Amino acid sequence: MEIVCPAGTPAALRAAVKAGAHTVYCGFNDETNARNFPGLNFDRAEMREGVAFAHSHGSKVLVAINTFPRAGDEAIWQSAVSDAESSRADAVILADPGLLDYAARVHPGLRRHLSVQAAAANADVINFYARCFGVKRVVLPRVLSVPEIAAINAETEVETEVFVFGGLCVMAEGRCSLSSYATGRSPNMNGVCSPASHVVYREDDGVLDARLGGYTIHRVGAGESAPYPTLCKGCFNAGDKAGHLFEDPVSLNAEQLIPQLKSAGVTALKIEGRQRSRSYVAQVVRNFRKAVDALAADQPIPKGMLTYLSEGQATTTGAYKKTWR
Amino acid sequence: MDLTVGPNQFFWAADRWAALYADLANAPVDRVIVGELVCSKRLPFYQDRLLEAISTLQAAHKKVLVTSLALVTLKRERKLTSELADLGVEVEVNDLTALTYLPDGIRFSVGPLVNVYNEGTLSWLASKGATRVCLPPELPMASIKILATAGAELGVTIEVWGHGRVPLAISGRCYHARLHGRTKDNCQFACEDDADGLEVRTLDDQPFLAMNGVQTLSDSYASAVHHVDALKDAGVAALRLSPQSTGFVEICHVYRQLLDGEQDGDNIADAIGHIAKNTRLSDGFLSGARGVDWSGQLPGSGEGR
Repeated sequence: MEIVCPAGTPAALRAAVKAGAHTVYCGFNDETNARNFPGLNFDRAEMREGVAFAHSHGSKVLVAINTFPRAGDEAIWQSAVSDAESSRADAVILADPGLLDYAARVHPGLRRHLSVQAAAANADVINFYARCFGVKRVVLPRVLSVPEIAAINAETEVETEVFVFGGLCVMAEGRCSLSSYATGRSPNMNGVCSPASHVVYREDDGVLDARLGGYTIHRVGAGESAPYPTLCKGCFNAGDKAGHLFEDPVSLNAEQLIPQLKSAGVTALKIEGRQRSRSYVAQVVRNFRKAVDALAADQPIPKGMLTYLSEGQATTTGAYKKTWR
Repeated sequence: MDLTVGPNQFFWAADRWAALYADLANAPVDRVIVGELVCSKRLPFYQDRLLEAISTLQAAHKKVLVTSLALVTLKRERKLTSELADLGVEVEVNDLTALTYLPDGIRFSVGPLVNVYNEGTLSWLASKGATRVCLPPELPMASIKILATAGAELGVTIEVWGHGRVPLAISGRCYHARLHGRTKDNCQFACEDDADGLEVRTLDDQPFLAMNGVQTLSDSYASAVHHVDALKDAGVAALRLSPQSTGFVEICHVYRQLLDGEQDGDNIADAIGHIAKNTRLSDGFLSGARGVDWSGQLPGSGEGR
């Protein structure tokens, strides 16, 4: 199986490639990609060099252009597609139908993947994207169980790629405006969710509050570890209940499900974390490469090797197990 | 400008559900979208009342459409979605899955849960047969203006979110079930107790969101009352009002008065507060720094923001 690894910087790209990534995904340093964080991503020259480096080591590069172009400014997103092609990237990862249509018409030779941001959650709509825009691969939204993924693969020729490690969106990706509502910064429009610029930590009387956009969504005793206040993993009250009503501050770790995902017909395993350091990326990549190599050699997957890298030390297999719903 | 009533986002008992549409037959609205947007498990409870609701509304000269689900995953949901056109009314696509089943050349509408952010997507949808698009609620006025202009050239009517709790997210997970310690498959319809969704408050007890099964909404009711002139100037043809449990027909009336120029935005905002107590309004997606912001007076504060 193909391991698809994040690279937020040229250094992370090189680290991922050297650690054994079959494929690396990255984005330009602007609002055209869904990890538009300060100090991250690639300028045009870095993208060309990064692709050349990856290719010289036998790895592929996918360029994520997966926010939704702003009305009146589509040219910014269209030039990102052109520049990905001229960088000799192996594919672009797109979500917006208008941009997919543009890429299919103007850059027909550039391979197109459907971003998780398109939230294509069944075989009929995946095949529709293939018919309309010639997409060759779909990154599946994190709402599907392993049997449902198997059922999709039975009904489509489009390759499937699934997230196996890292941050976990609880909402269907590309269909969430929570951050936009609370902070004005939108995943779909700005490539930003629950931005650090809107986070305030306040310690008072031995209590540490984490606020996002003025909303207190986490509270711990001073000295306890405080998770980053991502909206959907915050603490809230509803009815007579209090707690992490949407999701606990966990991250995804599906390494033990890799054999099932392979049997389900999945082509590629995706690791989240373009905002992560190159040493983190290298460790995760090495571990996952070992796992898929073990699987290919009919050996068991080593257990629990990545837990220590997970945010808040707690992990979940998310929607892959039906009871998560 | 016209008024469109969006699909009821909440799970109401069948009699209450049917009463909404009987009442809307006499409300000053032009278009009503029926059907299930949020959760396919709810539909069997009122499915056998759909045809009657449609014919009641049509007899009152309302244009009636049926919505698709917002997120289609299960086989049963695909089948349900593929049969929508059989109801004999126009389909409002709220997940592109619905578009895959429509016969070639058939006219359709696009709802606010399809990501129409730019002219390219609008143009592509028009080429598939879209004649009407209700834009995503998070779009700022600048985008609305550009898309309304593009829509006029493409022959696509543009509608925007006019009133109601904003659908902010959809998930594979049911939060109502989770709150009650159940899974989605064994939810026991926990969402039925909350006719406008269940208020979600922050740790400082600030109202913030509303949970509605697999959907998460804003606590505030996004309202375009202060932006009608700008929207008219932009070429927006309709406002969408989203059903709520208290005073909804009256709310339709006051929006009609607003569009007819009989009342100004501040008066209508006050009126809404009288019709449905504890209704916090917002219009930040249209004009503020963030969606939750409100351009009008804050209740009790005596001052605007």
